Amino acid sequence: MKVSIQREDFDLGAEVRAISRHPKTGAVASFVGLVRDVRMTLEHYAGMTESAIRRIVEEARARWQVMDCTVIHRYGELAPNEQIVLVAVASAHRGDAFAACEFIMDYLKTQAPFWKKEHHAGGAAWVEARADDERAAERWKDK
Amino acid sequence: MKVRLRLFASLRERLGTAGEDLDVPPSVTTVGALREHLRLRGGPWADAFAPTRNVRAAVNQDMAQPAAAIKAGDEVAFFPPVTGG
Repeated sequence: MKVSIQREDFDLGAEVRAISRHPKTGAVASFVGLVRDVRMTLEHYAGMTESAIRRIVEEARARWQVMDCTVIHRYGELAPNEQIVLVAVASAHRGDAFAACEFIMDYLKTQAPFWKKEHHAGGAAWVEARADDERAAERWKDK
Repeated sequence: MKVRLRLFASLRERLGTAGEDLDVPPSVTTVGALREHLRLRGGPWADAFAPTRNVRAAVNQDMAQPAAAIKAGDEVAFFPPVTGG
């Protein structure tokens, strides 16, 4: 299991290969989040961020069969189309890999202490939290 | 009782500080009571911690509800709802 909070970009192929080595692994599901069309700054709560993500990963491992998993989240200055976040989950079968990947991403959105500030031509503005993200995390509660 | 206050994102900017070591009265024993204590400082604090503001909290780097207890030496953070991912 790898959790990394970093400024630097990541290599999706290398990260997927790194969690694919277990002989029982038959599926790897990955999600990459990108910056849309606005330059942004990502702030985070150093220390809490990593422990919050580790807790989410542990919860996923308790629910699904997970052979290995990597979560990378960047912070600092990010330009349009840059990669922000990676969640990659290796499992024996695709069902567990897809579900655990989506679960981790949904919880990360509402539990990991990151804040986005967008830089528009007219000035900078903090991104407001979306109710949709809360609902996406909530739906796992009855599963 | 001394606690370490930490502020993030829009809250940090609105209040012009990332936090401070704070001496709170003995009556302040929960996250919600600390929020109210800070609100009563007035000015930008009254606005940032107004009851209508959606403010989240963490105690010792763990998400916490308003009823969560705080004790001497705790790190208590306030911030807006998170927007990562």
